[in-house]
Amino acid sequence: MDLELTSQQKQHQEQFRAFVTQEMAPYADQWDQDERIPSEVIQKLANQGYLGAIVPSEYGGPGMDALTFGLLCEEIGGGSASLLSLITVHGMVCQALLKWGTPAQKTQWLPKLATGEVIGGFGLTEPNVGSDAKSIETTATHVDNAYVLNGEKKWISFGQVANLFLIFAQCEGKPSAFLVTRDRPGFSTLPINGLLGFRSAMLAQLLMKDCRIPEDHLVGKIGFGFSHVAGAALDHGRYCVGWGCVGGGQACLDACLYYTGERKQFGGFLKGHQLIQQMIANMITQIKAARLLCYHAAYLKDKGDPSLIMETSIAKYFASQMINQVASDAVQIHGANGCSSDYPVQRYLRDAKIMEIIEGSSQMQQIIIAKSGYQNFLLEKRKARRHDDATQS
Amino acid sequence: MTTTDILEKTKSFLAQFISVQVGNDDDLFASGLVNSLFAMQLVLFVEKEFGVKVENDDLDYDNFRTLNAIVGFIQRKMK
Repeated sequence: MDLELTSQQKQHQEQFRAFVTQEMAPYADQWDQDERIPSEVIQKLANQGYLGAIVPSEYGGPGMDALTFGLLCEEIGGGSASLLSLITVHGMVCQALLKWGTPAQKTQWLPKLATGEVIGGFGLTEPNVGSDAKSIETTATHVDNAYVLNGEKKWISFGQVANLFLIFAQCEGKPSAFLVTRDRPGFSTLPINGLLGFRSAMLAQLLMKDCRIPEDHLVGKIGFGFSHVAGAALDHGRYCVGWGCVGGGQACLDACLYYTGERKQFGGFLKGHQLIQQMIANMITQIKAARLLCYHAAYLKDKGDPSLIMETSIAKYFASQMINQVASDAVQIHGANGCSSDYPVQRYLRDAKIMEIIEGSSQMQQIIIAKSGYQNFLLEKRKARRHDDATQS
Repeated sequence: MTTTDILEKTKSFLAQFISVQVGNDDDLFASGLVNSLFAMQLVLFVEKEFGVKVENDDLDYDNFRTLNAIVGFIQRKMK
């Protein structure tokens, strides 16, 4: 695995960093307080090609490679976790269509998703269904040449402004995926405010009452909604979140490196105190470890290796744990200042908690990772037994 | 690539996810042997190992239900 960025990737990284420094970082706290991100910012993101980053050039997107896209998520995640969540969910819709959309669906929607003319939303979670996603209660009924959807979705990032939703529903008792546009009769949204973190992610509840959509809005096939369509989208989501946590961790570290060089206590700068140094050293080490896991996931993603799914899960799990510790230490280092809205570290800490919950909670990742560990152990034991048998015979 | 080659490669891949021995006609999905990540891992395996693209039209459980079904699907895609 080559850990060195190409000159083009370095150039992209500098562009992403400049965009975040100029267009996001100075305003992210205000967006957090306002609980919204101005539409002009979203348009700027789209104009840069960042919103439709993974859409290939044949559909009008930049078609970024996995590592370049990861670097984008890292930088955006350092500026605003809320805006990262837009790139995440928008990308999840793009990814689902790229992999499982019909040629007509790809031609119709991907160019619009690439330019930001259409904003994607991901509708899986419901009021009664979180981690147990296969048990969604929203239904889709095939009637004449249409599907009729009934149900509710909750905690949908950018649900207040998205206009193309990938909705998961039980059809003939099987999880299935559908494209639902905001303008369909029977479809409405309710804003969700006052969240702990992701405050400017404009979350919404989605309501569908006899919402009729054309039958060609089915994505994939009946029964493949969770395993394949959501599966492809959620893997992409975990990848974005993992990288975004690295960026968020780096933002915490940078804030602390600056603050500890400015703030004096007991006659010296904070950075001279060894207990502060301990926290800084742990931050640096944990962030680097998370970044390396993300690099590994990127390497596998660009190769299309099946192990990318497990390695992405590991990267997301570790990075989201990391940012919670790092953000908590960042607030601790800032003391009372860190608890105030005068400093961004309080936002970083609030957003960090959400990272442990979205796109598969830490506990769901732990179950999957542990199971894989036991399976690999068994596999190695079998291999060793076969080797012993062959040697003896 | 012979049927046996495809079968052996697919068996080796499945062994990473399934702790019990499965017969060539055992239902991989109905048996609860695999988790929710397996479906996409299988798709990636087929695409990378055999150089074929699994697309919308291929989404049929009869293509993936058993070892023999997967082998048959790969052979059809490779033609």
